[in-house]
Amino acid sequence: MTLRFEPVSETHCIVYLSEVIDPSLAVSIAALAKALQAALPSALVEVVPSYTSLLLEFHPLRISRKQLERAVLEQHALLQSGQASGHAQQQTLTLPVYYHSEVGPDLDDLAASSGLAKEQVVEIHSQQVYTVCAIGFAPGFAFLASVDARIAAPRRATPRLQLPAGSVGIAERQTAVYPQQSPGGWQIIGNCPLALFDPKHSPTSPFEVGMQVRFEPVSREQFIELGGQICQDWK
Amino acid sequence: MSGLEVVKPGVLSLLQDCGRYGVALQGLSSGGAMDLHAFGWVNRLLSNHSNAAVVELTMGNASFRASCDVKLALCGAEMAAKVDGLAQPNWQSFILRQGQLLELGYARAGLRAYLAVEGGFQVTETLGSVATVTRNRLGGLRDGLSLQAGDRLPVAKQLLANFHSEVPKAFQGRYPEQLNLSLIESYQAPLFSESAKRAFYQGEYKVKPESDRMGIRLSGPVVSWQHAGLVSEGIAQGAVQIPPDGQPIVLMNDRQTLGGYPKLGCVARLSLNALAQARPGTGIRFVPADLDEQSEKWRSFLRFFEF
Repeated sequence: MTLRFEPVSETHCIVYLSEVIDPSLAVSIAALAKALQAALPSALVEVVPSYTSLLLEFHPLRISRKQLERAVLEQHALLQSGQASGHAQQQTLTLPVYYHSEVGPDLDDLAASSGLAKEQVVEIHSQQVYTVCAIGFAPGFAFLASVDARIAAPRRATPRLQLPAGSVGIAERQTAVYPQQSPGGWQIIGNCPLALFDPKHSPTSPFEVGMQVRFEPVSREQFIELGGQICQDWK
Repeated sequence: MSGLEVVKPGVLSLLQDCGRYGVALQGLSSGGAMDLHAFGWVNRLLSNHSNAAVVELTMGNASFRASCDVKLALCGAEMAAKVDGLAQPNWQSFILRQGQLLELGYARAGLRAYLAVEGGFQVTETLGSVATVTRNRLGGLRDGLSLQAGDRLPVAKQLLANFHSEVPKAFQGRYPEQLNLSLIESYQAPLFSESAKRAFYQGEYKVKPESDRMGIRLSGPVVSWQHAGLVSEGIAQGAVQIPPDGQPIVLMNDRQTLGGYPKLGCVARLSLNALAQARPGTGIRFVPADLDEQSEKWRSFLRFFEF
């Protein structure tokens, strides 16, 4: 894996690790971000990992761009040779999901357009192990890849004005849970009853870039018991 | 102790400091004072810590009443401040006695004013900062809400030393109706066509009224992008994003952390302070700038204010 280090502004640099999206890359980028944060706790003020890149914000009185570049190359080499600890074990987060039209208003259409039964869509979606490739768009919103091509579906032409918290959506080959009520254009197939963003907790969200995520189908009763709510009013 | 009561919050009043850091990994915006020049001075006037919490007033039309004697300072946009009806000049410290009313009118020059109190407003931090980020529902007095009438802003013990300080005239902000912004080319700059860059550098843009703390939206010559969409990547402070309509957006403190639109580079940090004060309709021109030169200037700025 080759690496490109580019200046962005007086306070930012970006590291490109690839041109193409690959979920396994997210794991390497997350490991590099962690290793750099550990190596430069005060000089590196912000890290923003994404699918193929890592944006770094540094404090220019604490480190120079040249020093930062050297640290990036050094940590990258360490990770490549497998010496650093960040590489080690991967955690898997399992999220309960109630898959049903009453909380997933696009489930029927998605099944019909894929030529599958609803049960098959659920099975395919919940059998896959996903990787958190990026966190953004909204607090705690984790982009998960990759959705099985059989159930990949485009974003809705008109986004919904208000999706309830917990909505589980598909957009192309990505899936995600909306942690808070928000507008959104992804096709919604179910709902996860767990709180996935809480600013009063540290960490605020269970997701970390590079982490593995699975979905586990639950019944309506289990959903309600876990604190899930049925939204009556879809906009 | 309660020091200042919000009588009228005006168009938008937000508690801010230098911003919230280490949170982009969770998809959160940094927030923080938009104009670090006026923010730096307002705390300096009161010998506060450089990261002390202040009130950022956008557009003005606000008023505050002292619940005890407090030492305040005001910097940034000119809002014709008055204390109990008497003019209170900008870029100065002053004492507001218990019961006195500080009134600010609509901004006449500039857009954002900063109101500080000796010792800083004493507000509990959320994730390491007081910065209010409305769209993340985070910070401020509670849940990212802007200040509301009746809110009480706690202050530290006031020493009330009876000398007043003033920002030297040469350093007081001037807010012209035409701005030249220094642009550091980066990100996808090499991928824009020559004609797209010519349109961008030769044209004059205007600040659109729908600009906010997420982004300053500009209207003017279309900057075209001939390539496909990009893989989403981290967005730096001041990044100049070109959406499909070709109208640039300069991304500011409350920007989303990731985005997939092409970017020409970043507005230099010192120019961002000036842009934060640009009212709708302000004329904007971009001037290519040298990264090393701008970096040196920014380091001097950080050193001066001890940021």
